[in-house]
Amino acid sequence: MASNEEILAGLAEIVNEETGLAPESVEMDKSFTDDLDIDSISMMTIVVNAEEKFGVRIPDEEVKNLKTVGDAVNFISGAQS
Amino acid sequence: MPRKVVITGLGATTPIGGDVPTMWANSLKGVSGARTIEADWVQKYELPVTFAAQATTPASEVLSRVEAKRMDPSTQFAVIASREAWRDSGIEDFDHDRLAVAFATGIGGVWTLLDAWDTLQAKGPRRVLPMTVPMLMPNGPAAAVSLDLGARAGAHTPVSACASGTEALHLGLDLIRSGKADVVMCGGAEAAIHPMPIAAFASMQALSRRNDEPELASRPYDLARNGFVMGEGAGALVIEAEEHALARGARIYGELAGTSVTADAYHITAPDPGGLGATRALKAALFDARVQASDVVHVNAHATSTPVGDKPEYVALKAALGSQLDNVAVSATKSQTGHLLGASGAVEAVMTVLAVYERTVPVTINLDNQDPEIPLDVVTSERKLPSGDIVAISNSFGFGGHNAVIAVKNV
Repeated sequence: MASNEEILAGLAEIVNEETGLAPESVEMDKSFTDDLDIDSISMMTIVVNAEEKFGVRIPDEEVKNLKTVGDAVNFISGAQS
Repeated sequence: MPRKVVITGLGATTPIGGDVPTMWANSLKGVSGARTIEADWVQKYELPVTFAAQATTPASEVLSRVEAKRMDPSTQFAVIASREAWRDSGIEDFDHDRLAVAFATGIGGVWTLLDAWDTLQAKGPRRVLPMTVPMLMPNGPAAAVSLDLGARAGAHTPVSACASGTEALHLGLDLIRSGKADVVMCGGAEAAIHPMPIAAFASMQALSRRNDEPELASRPYDLARNGFVMGEGAGALVIEAEEHALARGARIYGELAGTSVTADAYHITAPDPGGLGATRALKAALFDARVQASDVVHVNAHATSTPVGDKPEYVALKAALGSQLDNVAVSATKSQTGHLLGASGAVEAVMTVLAVYERTVPVTINLDNQDPEIPLDVVTSERKLPSGDIVAISNSFGFGGHNAVIAVKNV
């Protein structure tokens, strides 16, 4: 089980890989669309890569609820337990 | 009189140089871009052809990682070449609504398509990435170039196999003459050095199998020619209404005086042995350019180095240019670059324009024993073009019976 800190770091790595954004800019309260300017195609790529990295399934209907980085970290953390 | 259209910017990334100055210098020297492919898939699939002419400069050295991730290799090449051409044109202030794109490809995003298929089989549908469709679509290069430049007068993708790159110039000329645009970024891109296209081209006996001597394999007009060599890369040309170029004091390489496209309607892959479609295309391009056969001094030939392809082009040149053909310096630059398929016409157009501008022509390598049935004046060492008004022609022919020709004049 990864801690929330580990999930955040892993997610930041995935976001950096996809968008080039600095990993430290990926913070819990940041909105994927409004703050990080991530479009829907990049978001789906990030979701698919996160599924592989953390060994979880993030259903398509759940993705729209992942508005902030924190939402994603919490969802992944919950799905792992 | 139709609007006069001039060429003001050139770009290229090819197997003999990752930019125009390098490619041009090498083309005058005579170098081969063909090498053994260093990839595990050559052995894995036991490919009958183990070499190709790969681009000298990997896209990763030019584009950022994030940029490259969202582009198929064919689109990466298109963006690299078009950025060079755009910088070269010196255009700064312009009306985005009057800039169009005509960027061709023969095959499109074949790497993306087949990688996604491999992913689907190995890992299931969830792992097929959401960018797959925009990356594999054949209009991907044109769309990416339009996005990159902010070109809003339309982004077009002529697809006519190995005539595609030349057809892009044909379309670009039309767009300016008809008043739909003032400037067009024309070009062609291809990135198909992948095991499946190699297997498919080899299966139809189109590729040279000179695996032990890749650099000697592409030998247009030579008696020992036995097929073409796969190449990859892109060429790009900024063409512009003359009044637009003059108003901004642009450096003008030459005039895109005329173009033409015809179809053989003879056979899906074999060229018409009488070269009739190609002859009509040549005559139509000269007519469109309002020049005579006697004005032509240089031809950048399609000449792919296949046993069946090289001769009908000679027959067509003879029919269209008559006795003037004796005074025409012919370059078969695929001897150096390999065959860039849908990008070949664009790369060869760049060389043709530079030949007129610099009055010197690229050389043909590997011509040891010229086929006596093709008695062309093939340039194998440094050759200058005459002073005064001159016309140069570039031919491209594609599977499907597509013939495309451009005629370039000095200014």
